Amino acid sequence: MTEGVKVVSATVPARQGTAAEARPRNTAAERGSRSPKRKLRAPADKRKNLEILFFVTPALLLIAMFMLVPIIQAVRFSVYNWKGFGPLVDFVGLQNYVRVLQNEVFTDALVHNLVIIAGSIIIQLPLGLAIALLLNRKMKIQGLLRTIIFVPYVLSEVIAGVVWFQLLQPQYGLIDTVLAKLGIQGPAQGWLGTPDLALWTVLIVLTWKYLGLAVILFLAGLQGVPDELYEAAQIDGASWWQIQRKITIPLLGPTLRTWGFLSMVGSLQLFDMVWILTGGGPANSTTTMATFLVSEGTKRQNFGVASAASVILFIVALILAVSYQQFILKRDTQPDTSRKRKKVRR
Amino acid sequence: MSTAATSIKPAMKTKKSQGKYGGNVLVYALSLAVVALTLGPVLYGVLGGFRTNAQLAQAPAALPEPWVLSNYTGVLNNPEFWRYALNSTMIAVLTTVIVVVFGIMAAYPLARYQFRLREPIFMVFVLGLLFPATVAIVPLFILISRDLNLGNTWWGVALPQAAFALPMTVVILRPFLMALPQELEEAAQLDGTSRIGFFWRILLPLSGPGMVTVGVLAFVGSWNAYLLPLLLLQGEMRTLPLGVADFSTEHSADTAGVFAFTTLAMIPALIFFLAMQRRIVSGLQGAVKG
Repeated sequence: MTEGVKVVSATVPARQGTAAEARPRNTAAERGSRSPKRKLRAPADKRKNLEILFFVTPALLLIAMFMLVPIIQAVRFSVYNWKGFGPLVDFVGLQNYVRVLQNEVFTDALVHNLVIIAGSIIIQLPLGLAIALLLNRKMKIQGLLRTIIFVPYVLSEVIAGVVWFQLLQPQYGLIDTVLAKLGIQGPAQGWLGTPDLALWTVLIVLTWKYLGLAVILFLAGLQGVPDELYEAAQIDGASWWQIQRKITIPLLGPTLRTWGFLSMVGSLQLFDMVWILTGGGPANSTTTMATFLVSEGTKRQNFGVASAASVILFIVALILAVSYQQFILKRDTQPDTSRKRKKVRR
Repeated sequence: MSTAATSIKPAMKTKKSQGKYGGNVLVYALSLAVVALTLGPVLYGVLGGFRTNAQLAQAPAALPEPWVLSNYTGVLNNPEFWRYALNSTMIAVLTTVIVVVFGIMAAYPLARYQFRLREPIFMVFVLGLLFPATVAIVPLFILISRDLNLGNTWWGVALPQAAFALPMTVVILRPFLMALPQELEEAAQLDGTSRIGFFWRILLPLSGPGMVTVGVLAFVGSWNAYLLPLLLLQGEMRTLPLGVADFSTEHSADTAGVFAFTTLAMIPALIFFLAMQRRIVSGLQGAVKG
């Protein structure tokens, strides 16, 4: 499958008419029949275009209806003061954006998202790599270990959150009990109830939940490293540690970088786990952009403000995604033109 | 956790007698530590369901003594639990069917037809990857509950979920379909099969593994989804994640009951997802690698 993706990326034509993209269905028919090569087979071409139309339309319609329309609506709502009823009349321009950006709860939420992004990568990268290297040895129980590592990832965030919420209960939860036996006393308000600790606690639970994904992806990347390289290095007298540092990890680069991208995008949208564990509290110490916009929208009915927040969330995501592509993913191959096209595909 | 600690020893002994590398002991010990940390919370929840609240309060870190089944039977006799499970299943099945059918249909011409707008249309799907449902959640809620009157229905959740899962599906399926050898298509054409006939008789049967992969990914996504159902579903239309979350807040004093409810909600899904583990992983890799 990987091979396939590469082939696709390499064969993409350099430029496509962007204007045509706006009206895909009509123009598909026109362009096709005008194409000089097929002039002589007009009826067959017509049939072909109808086929294309038939196959592609359902998916495009669904996406237009439930993705495109709501996104356009979000932009529209964001410039009105709208409480969810009556027509959109109270045009306020960019005032909602100003309100969101001046709202400390939102700017804190943005910071929390960034902390989670950085924290997830800083913790999970070395840990995931270590576990993947550990499991990459030939062991009888390797398959079983992989499956076990993957368990938290396939659980829903809600279920994981509810279980951890119980474990983290102040005093009577498992974690405080075990700590008490070791002579350490947990925080009086509980790990999730203390503003200074809550975000870090959420980060640890997220690490538990998503480390399995990192390990599984890294392991798959490790299988792609040819055995000959290891053998050659061993013959040259390299130690296990040298082999990992000089061969395995550099060759794993692309996998690590794409995993980092996935992790970042996931952290930006973080909602479920926070909603279950803390609801954004205590004292807004764990709000994320997503929890902010959901509580503005559904609890306070501030649809204009919530929409402005979601547009900002999207812009932040876009900026981070583009800069990640530019500065980190770029290294995967030489910066030639085919590379640029490939990046767009991701 | 205590069980893991005790079982390290036998593993060490057997390894030492077998292997010549002392490093193996460390590897096994570390592996066991990872396993204990990974499974610990899950097992604690499962075992907690077999205890009483009094047991849990007295000694949070102990094993069930005696084992009680009442928490589990209580959940299994709770019609709400089955109702949530039904809703989750139906929404996940609807989502999966729409995603797989529409996805393979869209991927087919994008993979195997030559036409001018092929790449621009594919770009629409690629760009779709950039938009998470979270960004559009407020208008989506209004669109579905007011304009379409689909609030609190299975379709109201399944349709948008399918829409947001389609980009990933097409991006995974297209290279898969492209990889099928061109000779097959030529042979079919020589035998007088139309492109639609090729789609039905040759491409669909051959792309089974790809469709299973995207189907499993869509099913997992839907089964675990929380935000969209949270906004759209109430009362007896709620799905299992909503049920679990609400049960845990409504019965916060009944810790053992919460553990039993949570465990029963995760076990069938866990078995299914772990059985499909390879598909999930290959799907994720297919989407991740470029």
